[in-house]
Amino acid sequence: MTLNSNCPTGPIEKRWEKRRFEMKLVNPANKRKYNVIVVGSGLAGASAAASLGELGYNVQCFCYQDSPRRAHSIAAQGGINAAKNYTNDGDSIFRLFYDTVKGGDFRARESNVYRLAEVSVDIIDQCAAQGVPFAREYGGLLANRSFGGAQVSRTFYARGQTGQQLLIGAYQALARQIAAGTVKMSCRSEMLELIVVDGVARGIVTRDMVTGKIEAHVADAVALCTGGYGNVFYLSTNAKGCNAMALWRAHKKGAYLANPCFTQIHPTCIPVKGEYQSKLTLMSESLRNDGRVWVPKDGKDSGKRVSDIPEEARDYYLERRYPAFGNLVPRDIASRAAKQVCDDGRGVGPGGLGVYLDFADSIQRLGKKMIEERYGNLFDMYHHITDENPYEVPMRIYPAVHYTMGGLWVDYDLMSTVPGLFVGGEANFSDHGANRLGASALMQGLADGYFVLPYTIGHYLGQRAAGGVKLDHPEVKAAKKSVEERVRKLLDIGGSRSPDSFHRELGLLCWEHCGMARKKDGLEIALQRIPELREEFWKDLRVVGSGEELNQELERAGRVADALEFAELMVRDALHREESCGGHFREESQTPEGEAMRDDERFCYVAAWAHQGVDKEPVLHKEPLSFEYVKLTQRSYK
Amino acid sequence: MRVFLQVWRQKNGQSKGRFERYEASEVSPDMSLLEMLDVVNEGLVQKNEAPIAFDHDCREGICGMCGLVINGVPHGSEGGATTCQLHMRKFQDGDEIWIEPFRAKAFPVLRDCVVDRTALDRIIQAGGFISVRTGSAPDANQILVPKENADLAMDAAACIGCGACVAACPNASAMLFTAAKISHLGLLPQGQPERHSRALAMVKQMDAEGFGACTNHEECEAVCPKEVSIDFIARMNRDFAKAAATFRPPKARGGGD
Repeated sequence: MTLNSNCPTGPIEKRWEKRRFEMKLVNPANKRKYNVIVVGSGLAGASAAASLGELGYNVQCFCYQDSPRRAHSIAAQGGINAAKNYTNDGDSIFRLFYDTVKGGDFRARESNVYRLAEVSVDIIDQCAAQGVPFAREYGGLLANRSFGGAQVSRTFYARGQTGQQLLIGAYQALARQIAAGTVKMSCRSEMLELIVVDGVARGIVTRDMVTGKIEAHVADAVALCTGGYGNVFYLSTNAKGCNAMALWRAHKKGAYLANPCFTQIHPTCIPVKGEYQSKLTLMSESLRNDGRVWVPKDGKDSGKRVSDIPEEARDYYLERRYPAFGNLVPRDIASRAAKQVCDDGRGVGPGGLGVYLDFADSIQRLGKKMIEERYGNLFDMYHHITDENPYEVPMRIYPAVHYTMGGLWVDYDLMSTVPGLFVGGEANFSDHGANRLGASALMQGLADGYFVLPYTIGHYLGQRAAGGVKLDHPEVKAAKKSVEERVRKLLDIGGSRSPDSFHRELGLLCWEHCGMARKKDGLEIALQRIPELREEFWKDLRVVGSGEELNQELERAGRVADALEFAELMVRDALHREESCGGHFREESQTPEGEAMRDDERFCYVAAWAHQGVDKEPVLHKEPLSFEYVKLTQRSYK
Repeated sequence: MRVFLQVWRQKNGQSKGRFERYEASEVSPDMSLLEMLDVVNEGLVQKNEAPIAFDHDCREGICGMCGLVINGVPHGSEGGATTCQLHMRKFQDGDEIWIEPFRAKAFPVLRDCVVDRTALDRIIQAGGFISVRTGSAPDANQILVPKENADLAMDAAACIGCGACVAACPNASAMLFTAAKISHLGLLPQGQPERHSRALAMVKQMDAEGFGACTNHEECEAVCPKEVSIDFIARMNRDFAKAAATFRPPKARGGGD
C-alpha cells in the first residue's frame, strides 16, 4: 500500500495557504458542541489545547505530571529557530526549509518542512506577545545567535532556559483557557488506551495516578502530543516519566508508526558513572564552539592524568578528520566519532566511555572571564554533577539518546492513519527526517500546536456532526475493561523483579545493538532477545501494592510493558533500513572513509509500520519521498 | 559509604504519617540523593514492601517536580539547586538524613513525600498570563523592551514553581511565587494592560488557597533553587496597593448595533 500524504499541490510557498482555504469551517456557535481531547501538555499539547479552547471548542487536556508546566519541553536549553532574518545575514523561509530538509538527510516531506519554516516567524511573534522574556539587545530589539553549526543567526533564546520560558508561555495561555472554562485540565492522569469506534478515534481511557480510578473519556477528535520514545533506551536525556505508552496504544489500535529507527544521539552529555545511574544530563551543544574534543593517541594513556599527557600524545580527532568543520560537525557525526575512539580503547574516565572536551586553549586565548560569561551556568552544572572543575580539568563527555525523529505517521494535516487521531510535536514523525537540527524541536512543537492543529482539527470536525458516542457505547466499555484487565494482570504476576530492572536490561540491549552504530547480526540478536525479555517480564514482574492507590511501581510497569513491544519495532525498522542516514548508521553502508552512506535508490521513503499483533510481524507500508525543491546530495563535512 | 534515613511514610491523604528508619549501604558519593532513594526502593521491592513515593521528573533541576525537605531544609542545604541536583558526596559516612515532604496547609500530602501543589496552578489561572489570542500578535520587534527590564523579567520568570518557598516559610506563604509571576509580566510592556487586575486577582486567589502572608523571614529566597529575589515581593506589594486603591472592575456593556 502506498500512503497518501494528502499534501496540497502547486508552488511550495502557496501550499499551506491553499490548504487553509480548502478547509471546512465550524460555525462559531457550534464549536462548543465538539469535544477535543489533547494528551500531553508540553509545547505542542499546551499550545494546541489553549488555541483550540480559544477558538471555542470544548477541550479536555491530560498530563501525567502534577502540573502542565512540568512537561519535558521545559528542559530544552539552546533556543528556537525562526526565519525572521532580523540579523540581515541572508536568512529566509526558503533557507530554513532548505537547511532542515538537508540536515534531516532527505528523509522528511518537503511540504511539511516548508510549512514549518513558514509559521516559524509567527511563533516568535506569538511568544513575544505572551511575555516570553527573550534575550534583548540594548535597543530593546530581540537578540539572535547562531546555533548548531548554522551559518545564519536565526536562533532566539531566553538565557539557557528557552524551553522553560516557551513552555511557561504556552502554560499561561492554557491557564487562561482553564479559567475561562474552555479547557478542563486533568493532571496526574495517564492515558492507557485509545478508544476507536467504527475505525475512528473517539476517546481515551485514563488512570488517575492518585486514586487509581480508571475512566473513559469520549470526544470528537483526539490529539496526542505525548513526546518521543527515547526512554525505551532507559538512559537518555529525557525526563524519567517520559514514555511511549500513548504512541504504542495508538499504534496497536491502527495508527502506523513511521521510521522508529531514527533516533538522535546527542554528542555532549555527562558520561555514565555507575549502575545506579537514572538518567543522563545534556551539556549544551554550544560548548563545542570553544571546546576542543580529544582522546589520547594511545589507549595506554587513557588512565593517566590530563597534565601527564603531553600535547603530541593527544588526538584531536574531530579536527583531524573534519578539518573544515572541526569540533562543530553535526550531532550524528560527532557522536559516532566518539564511539569509534572509545571502541578503539582510547576512551577516558570510568569504563573508558568518555572523551575530553577541553577549554584550556580557549581560556588562554579569551581569558577565564569570557568563558565564564559564555558558559558559566553550564560549567557550574557540570561541576555540581561530577565534582570536577572544568576550568581546571577538561570536561568528560559521551553521547546519549536525546530525541526521536520517528513517531506516529501523519499526513499533511497531522492526522494519523486512524481518522480523528491527530499527532503533534515529537510524537509524530513528520518534519526532521533522519536527523533533527539544533533549536528546531521547540519550533516544531509550537508550530504544530499553535498554527497547524487548530486549523486541521477544525477542518476534520467541520465534516461531521458533534457527539454520537457516549460512555455506555460497547466499544468504550470494552476499552475500559481491557485497561482494567491489563492493570490487574500486571499486579497479579507476583514475580521477583521490579519494572526498573527489566527497563535497564532492555535499555542496555537497545543501546548496544540499536544505538550509535547498527549492524545486521547485532540487530538480529536484539530482535531475538527482546521477545524473550518480554516473556520474562510477564512471568517474573513484581509490582508491590494495589491499583487503587498512588503506585509509582505500577505506573512504571505499564510503561515498561509497552517499551518492551516498542523496542522490537524500532530494531526491526533499523534492520530493514539497510542504508545509513542521519542518526541511523548501518555499519554495512559506509564510504571507504567510514562516513554514512545513503541509498536513495532503495530507501528514499518513509517506512510506516502497521501492527498485526504482539509476536506477529508488522506490515511495512511505504510513503515515497520526492524532492522537487532541495536536490538530493550526500552530506559532507570534510 | 553508608547512611541512615528517616523517611516520612504516609499511605494517603487521610491516614496518619510517621517517620520510618532505613539503612542505605553501598552508597556511592557520585549518586544523586534521588538515585540513592531509587536503590533503597529497589531493596524495599525485594522485601515486598511499598517503595517510598516521591515526585521527580527531569532530574536536571528545571521541571520543578521534585521537592523533598532534607534535614529540615527544602531541597537540602546545597543552595541554588533542586533536590534532584543534590549529591551524596555532600553527606558524611554514617549520617542520619531526615527526608520529608514539603509541608503547608495548601499542599496536602497525597502519599509519603508526594504533595498536591495544584494551588499554585490556580494562582496562575486567576491572572498569571497576558491575554493574547493565538495568531493576533504583532511582529515581535514592534514591541521594544529595554534590555535591563527584559533581564529583570527573566530573573523573575526563572521560577520553576516547585513550591520550596512555601515549604520554607514559617507562614507557608506563596508570596515569592506569586510575586515572581506578577513581576515577570508587570515588567514588560506587553503586561501593562492587565497589570493591576492581575495583581488583585492573583493575590486574592493566593489568600483563598490558604497560603499565609509574608513577614519578612526571607527563608523563601534562601531555599529558592533559581535564587529568585524577595525584591519582587516589594514590587508585588506596590502593584497590589496601587491596584487596590485605583482599580475599578469594568461595567458590563453588552450589545452593539
